[in-house]
Amino acid sequence: MALLDIQNLSRKFDGVLAVDDVSFAVNPSEFVSVIGPNGAGKTTLFNLITGVDQPTFGTIQFENQSLVGLSPDQIAGRGIARTFQHGRAFGNLSVLDNVLVGAHTRRKASRPRNIVGELFTALLPLRAVQTEEIELRRDAEAIIAQFGERLTPRLHDPASSLSYANRRRVELARALALHPRLLLLDEPTAGMNLTETAEMLDIIRHLKEQGLTILLIEHKLSLVMQLSDRVIVMDNGQKIAEGTPETVRNDPRVIEAYLGRKQPSNSL
Amino acid sequence: MDQFLRTLFDQTVNGLVIGNIYALIAVGLAIIFGVSNLINFAHGSVYMIGAYVGWLCVMRWGLPLPAAFVAVTLVCGLLGIAIERLGLRNLYSSNRIAPLLSTIGISLMLDQLTQILFSPNPQSFPNPLPGGRIPIGSGSIGSLDILIAVTGVSIAALLFLFLRYTKLGWALRATAQDRDAAQQMGVDVDAVNRTTFALASILGGIAGLLVAMYFQRVYPTMSSQAVLKGFTANLLGGLGNIPGALAGGLVLGLIESYGVALFGSTYRNLFAFIILLAVLVLRPNGLFNRQRQQPPEPLTGTFVANRKPIRIPRWLLGAGIVVAIALPLVVKDPYLLQVLTNAWLLGMVALSVTLVTGTAGQTSLGQAGFMAIGAYASALLVLRLHWPFEIALLTAAIISGILGTLLVLPAFRLRAHYVAIATIAVGEIVNQIILNWDSLTNGALGLTNIPPPTFLGIQAIFPREVYWYSLALLLIVMLIQWRLVKSSLGRVWRALRDDEVAARSFGINLNRYKILAFASSAFIAGLAGAFTAHMYTYINNETFTSSTSILAITMAILGGMGNIVGAVLGALVLTILPELFRGLVEYRYLLYGLVLVLMIRFRPQGILGTE
Repeated sequence: MALLDIQNLSRKFDGVLAVDDVSFAVNPSEFVSVIGPNGAGKTTLFNLITGVDQPTFGTIQFENQSLVGLSPDQIAGRGIARTFQHGRAFGNLSVLDNVLVGAHTRRKASRPRNIVGELFTALLPLRAVQTEEIELRRDAEAIIAQFGERLTPRLHDPASSLSYANRRRVELARALALHPRLLLLDEPTAGMNLTETAEMLDIIRHLKEQGLTILLIEHKLSLVMQLSDRVIVMDNGQKIAEGTPETVRNDPRVIEAYLGRKQPSNSL
Repeated sequence: MDQFLRTLFDQTVNGLVIGNIYALIAVGLAIIFGVSNLINFAHGSVYMIGAYVGWLCVMRWGLPLPAAFVAVTLVCGLLGIAIERLGLRNLYSSNRIAPLLSTIGISLMLDQLTQILFSPNPQSFPNPLPGGRIPIGSGSIGSLDILIAVTGVSIAALLFLFLRYTKLGWALRATAQDRDAAQQMGVDVDAVNRTTFALASILGGIAGLLVAMYFQRVYPTMSSQAVLKGFTANLLGGLGNIPGALAGGLVLGLIESYGVALFGSTYRNLFAFIILLAVLVLRPNGLFNRQRQQPPEPLTGTFVANRKPIRIPRWLLGAGIVVAIALPLVVKDPYLLQVLTNAWLLGMVALSVTLVTGTAGQTSLGQAGFMAIGAYASALLVLRLHWPFEIALLTAAIISGILGTLLVLPAFRLRAHYVAIATIAVGEIVNQIILNWDSLTNGALGLTNIPPPTFLGIQAIFPREVYWYSLALLLIVMLIQWRLVKSSLGRVWRALRDDEVAARSFGINLNRYKILAFASSAFIAGLAGAFTAHMYTYINNETFTSSTSILAITMAILGGMGNIVGAVLGALVLTILPELFRGLVEYRYLLYGLVLVLMIRFRPQGILGTE
């Protein structure tokens, strides 16, 4: 049974189909990558899955329930976490606080349904709230520790004071703190140098080995080929190929989308 | 029937005349918004100064009217250039809320200076034009009506020709489309800004002169609502859209004129502010644009500098509190105690701003509205229902929290400085409702003989009792706010302040947390307002005005946004400072404006830093 099932998904912007009739599924513990040239519709696809944008047509099922029409916060509540293409760590929050915000949907004691109750749980020194905070903090520190010495010494520094690569790491740590059942990564190594990319690759591989279901958008094909169980290729909003890294690598349509059509020499 | 037609005709002429004036203000705001994407809140002061310059020329110096127009053009043009150079030039790259607050500061200073020079009282300005009205059908038109209409139309035509056919007009339009690209193409962006402000200010000044002639008087506070009216007209036609601003001005003028005819003149301003709020929320792109799209906006709407706050050691804070508590035992001067009591109450208001604006990132310029709700609720509960003060105070704060949130609710979908403008409108709407709901609020006469604060049946009458009472409330509010900000709720607020999109993607329901932020803030402001009402024993619709809201945010900025100790420190400094210099008390808004402008320019993180 697929964890995420997308059928005939389309999104039209002013007459242009940014996502055009795309269907695919992601199985539990599977690692699926979406590749394609710039403007192929990959980020729009992510925005549709996470509720930032709504589809013009088509269905998105997660654990057999529709995500269409839900708001981003409701979708996060279903167990889907994401990182952003251009990096959106909370600049004025410390590294630890960033990760703790990621754990927002896991809060129970400090997040009662009743809105007035939420004010009082914040005000009063309640045992359950304190225990929860300590547990989440411990968990957050453990997640941060996965990044080795990169983040731990900077636990209380504001994210805006970190290097670009470190802010991307904070974003991933924040997404992991949600304890997602599906993790969406939008170019997690964009702008990173070779060493940093290799480090990120190790971390993502480790997540895969732990059995986390991951949907990845990435331009660095070597990374995609090493990690993916399955690769989906998009161009002009359409899915043009799907399969194992090997089959996709040799698909002529993929080569054409990336390198362009070979001009017939005797044209004109 | 004949009577009805005559009234209809007169009100239409009246509406079109006022509409032309709004249109002139709106066009000025529109070209400034178009070129620099900011709303110039000093525009109302320029308009008022235009009126005063005209009055000086005609009434004091006996110059002919055309000379007055020339003088207004020169003075207001130069004033516009000065505003752009001193208040805004260095802020173009900072967050949009910074220049907005800077222009508010400039406006405070200009208004106060005018009061110092010409007294706060209205000056009579009889219409210098030849009298007589031209009868048309069953109604009539005066020469001034015609002058205003002709000025409006001809200025619109001149502006159109300037933008269309001159080189500077081209540069101006290019800068409006893409500032950086224009600069790269060799457009002198500074010159464009200077020209824009000069032009807009000339239009504003002429509008002021015309309106002074129309109503036959000039007074310093005529500036206060001009910007909001002009902005409403501008918004009706689509922000930055010049023909739209003209049309919006006329539409607003007509609506107001018909509305006044139907409901009475005290309703005049209510229409404008309700239209402002409704358009902002329902059609932020204006009536004439088909697409429903958010106006261009930055990501965060508040004013947080990336600097580490200065930590106040606990012992110092404790010592400060002890000194504050023990002070009345040593100091017997009732005046000083009253000043400090005011500082504590304003400190609460500053805390309420720093919570919603500093911590949760929703800039509020309408705290006075929440104070007024609290003040009236508490006063009425005690006066009419004879509730004990303590319970009335608490209930009033809760009412303020609920009502305040409901009023701001429609603005939740807005972001950045549009939230700030919506809150200004909310503050004004509260005052207009108080003014017009006679049966409950006693209208402009206000509520009198409000009993002084009591505690367990004992009245707090002596200055030191009131001092301790207000200080106790302040300390409780500080403690509550400290708990809130340090909790996971505080963390969620700071997350949504930094990045709403990312916050939503992590399960944070934005509306829920904005409601919690505004409700807490309105509760605190309402508490301060309620106590103030019983301390003054008298309130009316002008007790809590937008200047109080601006003062509160100035205090919060001075102390450092989101900084609890900073907010109280800011309140203390701004309340005591004017007292230190003899004669400054009366003109303290000059100081407040200056502090606001200087802090935003040179130390946006405030004294203690943002948290």
